Amino acid sequence: MTTVVKVSDISKRYGKNTALDNISFSVGRGELFGIIGPDGAGKSSLYRILATLLLPEEGKVEIAGLDVVKDFRKLRPKIGYMPERFSLYQDLTVRENLNFFASLFDVSVKKNYDLIAPIFGQLEHFPDRKAGALSGGMKQKLALSCALIHRPEILLLDEPTTGVDAVSRNEFWNMLAGLKEHGITILVSTSYMDEATKCDQIAMMNEGQILDIDTPANLVSHIEENLFNASAHNMFKLLSELREMPQVEDCYTFGSTLHIVARSDFNPEEIGNSLKNIGMQNVRIYPAKGDIEDLFIKLTRNER
Amino acid sequence: MAIFGALVKKEALHILRDTRTMVITIFMPLVLLLLFGFAISTEVNDIRIAAVVEKHTCETRKILERFRVNEYFTFLGLVAPTETERLLRSGRADAVLFLRSDDANLKAQIMVDAANPTIAQTVTAYVGGVINKEEIKSPVLTYTLYNPQMKSSYNFVPGIMGMIFILICAIMTSVSIVREKENGTMNLLLVSPIRPATIILGKLVPYFLLSCVILAIMLFISYTLLGLPLSASIVNVVLLSFLYIILSLSFGLLVSTIADSQLTALIGSAVILMLPVIMLSGMIFPIDNMPVFLQGVSCIIPARWYISAMRKLMIQQLDAAYIFKEVMILTSMTIVLLVLSIRKFYSSSRK
Repeated sequence: MTTVVKVSDISKRYGKNTALDNISFSVGRGELFGIIGPDGAGKSSLYRILATLLLPEEGKVEIAGLDVVKDFRKLRPKIGYMPERFSLYQDLTVRENLNFFASLFDVSVKKNYDLIAPIFGQLEHFPDRKAGALSGGMKQKLALSCALIHRPEILLLDEPTTGVDAVSRNEFWNMLAGLKEHGITILVSTSYMDEATKCDQIAMMNEGQILDIDTPANLVSHIEENLFNASAHNMFKLLSELREMPQVEDCYTFGSTLHIVARSDFNPEEIGNSLKNIGMQNVRIYPAKGDIEDLFIKLTRNER
Repeated sequence: MAIFGALVKKEALHILRDTRTMVITIFMPLVLLLLFGFAISTEVNDIRIAAVVEKHTCETRKILERFRVNEYFTFLGLVAPTETERLLRSGRADAVLFLRSDDANLKAQIMVDAANPTIAQTVTAYVGGVINKEEIKSPVLTYTLYNPQMKSSYNFVPGIMGMIFILICAIMTSVSIVREKENGTMNLLLVSPIRPATIILGKLVPYFLLSCVILAIMLFISYTLLGLPLSASIVNVVLLSFLYIILSLSFGLLVSTIADSQLTALIGSAVILMLPVIMLSGMIFPIDNMPVFLQGVSCIIPARWYISAMRKLMIQQLDAAYIFKEVMILTSMTIVLLVLSIRKFYSSSRK
């Protein structure tokens, strides 16, 4: 697989704050690459550097063989960028927005319509509605259409699903899968961990650093071996008791249960019995299915 | 070129869609011009005057007759000395004239309501002028050049134009650019292949055209309703206004590169530009009457030079050679502002 995006050792500081700390990764052609991490992890700064809007202080970024600092003019037509909030002209209509972005890149909507047709389809019915009057999901589709209208090789999506309902989010990921068929390389960032599993590869980011990069399946498989669910009548007491135990590496609330990251000498039955002995009711401890969120918690805990 | 056309078209749509702003931009100049031209004037008309005459003589009759026929005065008639205070207090008279003859020598006293000193001064001067008409042996002949009727509206027209263009060009451009920054669409423009210079031009040209429409409206009113003398100098008036509009646009651009939110841009351009323009440009208060320090400050206010040059062109009807100094100053200010703002825009487009 040919490498399309190659990021080598980039750093960016704002005064004393380090937004990006020595980041490196590469993305192959046609890959759907996810960047996940909480707000303030440095995702947007990274995107701004990839989009040639921000200059890295150290390191080098090559996209499609072009340097983002030196060859930015040649590079820009190859990039489709969708910033964090859907940046559209609210007082222009759907059609006017699309035509405007097409003319910015000097391309015709008709010629490239096949690429956006599956995304733009729903919007076709009201071309004269103002962008500001669209729902979140519709705005997202319009913004994506505008970012795609010039047939970019690389699509940079910065938190494209924030503020969009669950149905539209699901649709959106299906659309991205469709775009992959066209050979477009997609970098998508999100703070929703559940979305990450839909990517080919994910990079987990926190506090300006990349904690780990791998396929979602590989990442999760490492962690499932020693992960357990725990529940009891008194959840709060259970949490504090478990955290005191030497066999427990970490314990945190996860939905309606607790997740336990166990050490090698952890025996669920033994622990369950000892908890019953101190008077706790309805204690249940059983193996858990780990996901990206568990991994993320683990990685950020290790940092400290 | 097609890209530039698309930018201009988009900006024109923004302007046209925003009906409220559109109405304000067209009507504010109209209202201001008419207000200053007709309602607010420093001239004093219709002075109500009463007279107290101790003993009528031939002379006093003549004087009173002159007040009766003078169109600036409304003669209220003769009153008793005890009435005068009541008349002035109740505001039914602006001034009372006392005439007394002592051994065939006429003595006159004027009592005037000086609640508004400006009016009182003018009234006193008028009354004095009417009384003394025949007394002075060698009367002074006064010629009022350029504005023979001393209409204050003549004076206000250049001032209002100086203010309006700063308001519309600077505030509207800065707000429109900062709005794109706020919405994030500026980022999309910047990552597209178009150059920052094209983005700037695409912003400035529509507002330049809008300003030209406003200029046309204001000139039309000035030369018709307000009756400014129309002459060939109108060509120079238009050219000078173009220069001033470009200067105001550059100012707006500079504000937009500094401000982060529409509100900052609005307050920034309004406070930095509006107050000095009204107070220090010579629009209302003559610059020569200011303290030396403020006179110095007024030199860096573009409106001062524009207004001064406009007076020369519109009222004095002088030709272009007389405004050479003002044009040079305005041109250099424009160049400095443009260079500053474009450099600032470029540096902020890629950090």
